[in-house]
This record gives sequence, C-alpha cells and structure tokens, in this order.
Amino acid sequence: MDLVSLVLADSRFPGGGHVHSGGLEESVARGLVTSVRDLPAFLSGRLRAAGEPAAVFAAAAAHAAARGVHSGHWKLLDAELDARTPSRAQRDASRAQGRGTARAGRAAWPSPVLDELLAATPRPHHPIILGALTGIAGGRPVDAARTAGYLAVSGPASAAVRLLGLDPFAVNAIVAGLSGAVAAVAEQAAAHAGADPQDLPAPSAPALDLLAESHVRQHKKEVRLFAS
Amino acid sequence: MPAEHHGHGHGHVHPVNFDPTAAEPDRFDAAPHNGRPYRIGIGGPVGSGKTALVAALCRALGSELDLAVVTNDIYTTEDADFLRKAGVLDADRIEAVQTGACPHTAIRDDITANLDAVEQLEERFPGLELVIIESGGDNLTAVFSRGLADSQIFVVDVAGGDKVPRKGGPGVTTADLLVINKTDIAHLVGADLTVMTADAHRMRGELPVIAQSLVETPDAPVVADWVRSVLPVSAG
Repeated sequence: MDLVSLVLADSRFPGGGHVHSGGLEESVARGLVTSVRDLPAFLSGRLRAAGEPAAVFAAAAAHAAARGVHSGHWKLLDAELDARTPSRAQRDASRAQGRGTARAGRAAWPSPVLDELLAATPRPHHPIILGALTGIAGGRPVDAARTAGYLAVSGPASAAVRLLGLDPFAVNAIVAGLSGAVAAVAEQAAAHAGADPQDLPAPSAPALDLLAESHVRQHKKEVRLFAS
Repeated sequence: MPAEHHGHGHGHVHPVNFDPTAAEPDRFDAAPHNGRPYRIGIGGPVGSGKTALVAALCRALGSELDLAVVTNDIYTTEDADFLRKAGVLDADRIEAVQTGACPHTAIRDDITANLDAVEQLEERFPGLELVIIESGGDNLTAVFSRGLADSQIFVVDVAGGDKVPRKGGPGVTTADLLVINKTDIAHLVGADLTVMTADAHRMRGELPVIAQSLVETPDAPVVADWVRSVLPVSAG
C-alpha cells in the first residue's frame, strides 16, 4: 500500500472530514444509536450503503487518473455519482469534503491530471478526488476503494466518541473488526474500476438519505454540531 | 493556478438547482482570488466576549471597510444570530461554520470549513477588504492556523480569573493582540487588573495588550485602531 492511502485515511488529514458524522449525529438525536452496542450495526450498514458506492467511484477515479483521462471523463464520473446520490444533503456533504480534499491534495500531489479534474469539476465528489489522488500518487484502484470504505465508517465512529462520550477503545475495536468487510468492499469495487461510468454499480440506502436530509432540516431549528 | 482554472470566477452566483436528477456544475471557484481580503481571527475561552468584540468592531469599522464575519460557535448559528439581531452587519455578510464538536480543530488543524466560508463570502462580495473569523470558545492553547488568519486576537476577561494571563499557553503568549475584556466588573469579581496586565506584558514581551470594557466603550476604539494598523495599506 502506498503512503497516499494512509495519508488520505488519517483523521489528521486536513480535508474537512472532521465536521461530518455521516448520519451518526442525526441517529443519536433520534435515539437510534445510544451506546457502543448500537454502533456495529450502524457502521456495517453505513459501509454497505455509503462505503460501497464511495469505494466504487474511488476505484474508478484511481483507474482513470492512472490512464490520464481528459475532462469529459471526469465530468461523466461526477454526473454518474450525482445520479447515484438522491439526497441533496448527501451531495453537498460529498462535495464539501471533496473540495477540502482537493485543496489539501493540490498542495501534496500537484499534477496535470489533478488540474484537469479540477478544471472540469472544481468542487468534486469526495470519492472521485480520493481516487484521483490515490492514482496520481501511484496507488492502485483497490487502495483508493479501501480508503473510501474505511472513511465511510471511521468518520461516524469518531463522531460517536465525541457525541456520546463512548469508550474510545471499544469504538476503535469495532472499526478494526470491520477489516474483512472493508477489504471485501474494496476488492469488489476494484473489479469494476475500468467499467464505463454509466455501468458502475449503484448501491443505496434510503435510511441514510433520509437521515442526511433530516440533519440539514433540523439544523435550521435546533443545534447540529456536525455539517452532516 | 493557470488562467483556465478560473473558469467559474465570472462574478455572479448561479441559482441553486433543486432537481435531484441534475448534475451540479460547481458554483465556486477553486482558485484563490488575487488581492484577497485580510483575515483576522478572534479566539479565546467561552464567555470572554469574543462575539461582543466582533459586534463592536463591525460598528466601528463597518462604515469605512467592506467587511464580513465567519462565526464558529459550537452552537453554530447562535453567534451569527446575535450579530444579525444586533443589526451591525447584513445577514448575508455572516457565515456560520459547524465544527464537528471540535472548535480548535476547525481553526488550527483542519481549516477547511472556515476557508470554504471565507471563500464563499469573497465570491459573494468581490470588494471585500476584511474578514473577521470568530472561533468557538475554547481553551488557552487554541490558536488560529496562519493558513487561515493573517493575524489574530486572543480575548480573555477579568471574570475568568486574574491568573489567566500568568498561565500562558499559545493563545496568551503568541496572539498578535491580547484583549482583556470586562474591566468594568473587575472589582466585582475580585480581579486585580494591574496584576493581569503586568502578567500579560511579562508573558508576551513586545506583543500588545489592550484592557477594555465594552460597557464603557461600546465601539472598542482602541482595538479598532489596532485593526486599522495591521491592515494592508491599500485597504480602505
């Protein structure tokens, strides 16, 4: 595994990820997640519903970056991920993190391929910029997919520690326990990395979409500490 | 960045498209503008009077400078609401940032959300000269990244205890300006202002210290003068 994967997956990576809970804050507010016992089900659901599509597009973007595709392909990937993200709140959260990751990535891994991507989509989806940076830095599609899958669960796990004061050792152990599941998601995603964008898989989860929409709506009435 | 990457900086904001099937072209220019506005960070513990100082500075400077504010309160919209209700600034000149329950991370370790807010204000007001970024209330070690703030003010108050300047920490020792707020109530809380300012000067060396009361001087004239002194000459 290239260092790029570790840097992108590090919670200290300055890409704006720390303000996103991936639906965990809304779940906590609704009493759906109250303790360490509830967390494995939430995280494993999130891995399948949000991690899988993210992994698929990260792998495809890593593949595309390694091929040095042109702007039309980046626009197509961007549009295809939009089409697979029915919740506007989710699209906004993805683009907010994508833009933050792009800002940090431009400083760390400058490249004409990155310039081309950002000219086509200055506010790219998070998985696409994750994959592109991985590919540019020499990582493989499966590396990008693993990073995307891991981030889909590590963000909410960290939010659970902050919002519920959960035992960080227990939470960390739950994340570590998802090792096999994350690897499987990554391998499956990498198998599609070279597919035409319109043929990429489209797993989804209405519950997370609804939680994301509710989070944004509730924030206008009361307090939400995370952006998503 | 090469010129072609300024593709979207053509001076207007596209309307938001609510059609979930529409692919969204990006509304924001990724490249920084030339001659961007000066950014001042205001940090300090909870309740020390950061928001009141921001409101005072808006009153003092609003007529001479094109300015905007980013707030980071952990209660997200509370500070922004305070400023809007105080009527010191138009509502669209205030952006509120969510910090994920970690206000110091948002101003220091990962400044992404704050930079996004600053850049949205820059996009909205091309002539912007000054952006004031108010941190959520935090501890004595919370300082702004130099990637976010060009200079920073750390605000403490007499009610927080007159030992605070002596305790030091990066906020007290390294901020470009230390403000000691609420001097009018020092006698009520048993704080020795002479000790506080002497300690502050001892901890900070040559860096300036201003003790003030926004009850006695609601427009914070001394701090406003300091702000004028740090702005680039071209501003105003």
